[in-house]
Amino acid sequence: MDTGFSISLLDIRPIVPEITMVCAGLILLLLDLVVRKKEVVAFVGIVGAIVALYGTFKLYGLSEPQIAFSNMFILDGYANFFKLIFYLNVIMTIGISVKYMKVEKASYGEYYALLLFSTTGMMIMASAGDLIVLYLGLELMALSTYILAGLLRGQTRSNEAALKYFFLGAFSSAFLLYGIALTYGITGTTNISDIAVSLLTLDIVGNPVTMLGIIFIIVAFGFKIALIPFHMWAPDVYEGAPTSVTAFMSVGPKAAGFAVLGRVLFDAFGVMQVQWVSILIPLAVLTMAGGSIIALAQTNIKRMLAYSSIAHAGYMLLGIIAGTSIGLTSTVNYLMIYLFMNMGAFAIVIMMRREGFQGENIEDYMGLAKDHPLASALMLVFMFSLAGIPPTAGFIGKFYVFMAAIHEGYTYLAIIAVVFSAVSAFFYLRIVVYMYMKDPKESVTLTTSPSLSIVLAVTAMMVLILGIFPSILLNLVRYSILG
Amino acid sequence: MFFAYFAGMLTVLSVLVVTRRNPVHSVLWMLVLFVHIAGLYLFLNAEFMAAIQIIVYAGAILVLFLFVIMLLDLKKDESVRKFQNQWFLGLVIGLIFMVVLVSTASKITVIPPLGEYSVDAIKSEGSMMTIGKILYTEYLLPFEIASLLLLVAIIGAVVLAKRRIE
Amino acid sequence: MVPLSWYIMLSAVMFSIGVFGFLARRNLIIIFMSIELMLNSVNISLVAFSHYLQSMRGQILVFFVIAVAAAEAAIGLAILIAYYKNNPTIKVDEITGLKG
Repeated sequence: MDTGFSISLLDIRPIVPEITMVCAGLILLLLDLVVRKKEVVAFVGIVGAIVALYGTFKLYGLSEPQIAFSNMFILDGYANFFKLIFYLNVIMTIGISVKYMKVEKASYGEYYALLLFSTTGMMIMASAGDLIVLYLGLELMALSTYILAGLLRGQTRSNEAALKYFFLGAFSSAFLLYGIALTYGITGTTNISDIAVSLLTLDIVGNPVTMLGIIFIIVAFGFKIALIPFHMWAPDVYEGAPTSVTAFMSVGPKAAGFAVLGRVLFDAFGVMQVQWVSILIPLAVLTMAGGSIIALAQTNIKRMLAYSSIAHAGYMLLGIIAGTSIGLTSTVNYLMIYLFMNMGAFAIVIMMRREGFQGENIEDYMGLAKDHPLASALMLVFMFSLAGIPPTAGFIGKFYVFMAAIHEGYTYLAIIAVVFSAVSAFFYLRIVVYMYMKDPKESVTLTTSPSLSIVLAVTAMMVLILGIFPSILLNLVRYSILG
Repeated sequence: MFFAYFAGMLTVLSVLVVTRRNPVHSVLWMLVLFVHIAGLYLFLNAEFMAAIQIIVYAGAILVLFLFVIMLLDLKKDESVRKFQNQWFLGLVIGLIFMVVLVSTASKITVIPPLGEYSVDAIKSEGSMMTIGKILYTEYLLPFEIASLLLLVAIIGAVVLAKRRIE
Repeated sequence: MVPLSWYIMLSAVMFSIGVFGFLARRNLIIIFMSIELMLNSVNISLVAFSHYLQSMRGQILVFFVIAVAAAEAAIGLAILIAYYKNNPTIKVDEITGLKG
């Protein structure tokens, strides 16, 4: 019964960061039993993420992309940079959650453990070298997030959010699997680089089955990234879930989805670029348009930010449509910037929530500047950045994506994007106008906590610094992707 | 021949599963469906899969469904409508899917070079041994991730559904 | 030997029936079972491909799909129960707390 196959200990090194996150999550689950104060649990969670970040950092400098576990796990700069986004996402989410979950009376240890497990899923997705691992990482991330969305068990809208997220997520998973099955059937493998080889050597590029496989995979990820017309779940889920989970969800799964799209479309289906670009273009236009326009009508700030999130995914898609590594670089750059400005905006939204007062209506922001000048100033920065106004980072993110699109001949797309960006400025700046130029309806007290203040400081600083010195981030992204 | 029987039964059973008024009936038809799928797997030389299908799907997941249906104590569908208002649109979309997918599928042939796990190779060691060998060597990483997934499922079930202690 | 395309056509038919069930039924439990039907149809096509391509990948993937489906069922039903405790209904069009 000799298999002739052995796994040496050296092979474990590439997944040490993921193992660290899992161990941290497990420790949190046990810690939850013995520790009263959940701040300790949260702090250990952050420590765990930082240790994993250190692990990734040590593995960063490897010039050669490593593959491990029978070509199923890829460790290259692309994956590592995405993991950086995920680490920052989870650390900042934990930072803004501690006080908030206390207010919501849902301070479970499992919350922090699930955040870590979800992040592990995202990390696996970014590093996936095989469609099987990709699917499992996706499900890990998704299942953890479904639970997180429904964590406020007493609130119907949280239950409803989890319900809608679950059903539409499971539906899209079935689509993804069908696409994977068709791809497997036509190429004979599920390994991403082997698929590329098969597409070149076998005569299947024109085969309708291959096309159908790509379509199903794109549709499935369209659901995950909330592109229009697959976005139906997002506004309800963003509104009903606990706000800290919404903040987590608006960045993490989206970034993970883009990581996978970049890997699958560029590496596996690189030969068929013309075909998948033609699918993505109408999706991008619909998404930018729909997200910006429908957001105008929203009165709940979480729903507004949901549609804003949808629109941003449309802009990010332009980088992928450009189809070059420069385009991919611009999308990844945008994602990191988006992490900071979105997290910052949600941090402010969380501050508005206190006992007995939801603070989610846009009208609650009226006159905020009079009582809370600092918070209003920060919100102004984030709103400007989301709208894409210089000198904030949001402008830089959009600028590079548009440049990449124009460079590849998609000038009309860039123009459409600029138009809808201008449209979106209306609802972002409406918040600013309310804060500074209207009178407060009632006086609002903000719930702050030290960790939330730190997150606010960091995000605001990054949004401004990256707006003025964009090359810091851009060079890091270029180095990661192009090597 | 046997495939015709299975194909026909599976189609009929699928339609039955999605159209019953009583969810318990749907679950029971689904059970019959799973047994037929297991039979199909036997024809495709995947004995281990057939066994797993029965044990996990029919034996665990459907039982879970039945538990929940009983727990929720649904009155036998008081409302007369069992389909949504836009059920016709769903039917149209379903039919479009069917036409597109079946027409594409009918053109499928075996294109890639064949692997080495031929019917005889699998038969010589047994389906379970073959899967076991590669599951723990080549496919080790997905296996470990799957175990984590199951842990998350346990956490989720407990966190979401357990009775509140306060 | 039955041609491969027949298995895939069968899988396609089942998948479409699952899509129809998902879109057209009101009862959440039935919708859930439609999703399981879709997953099973994918399993059939994977095992068929695995057999005809003489590769084990398909069967291994089916193994994982079944595991994931079990996990999903557990969580989905838990979410359903949690919802039902606050709002004793499982008809999709009656779940309209969040508008749109």
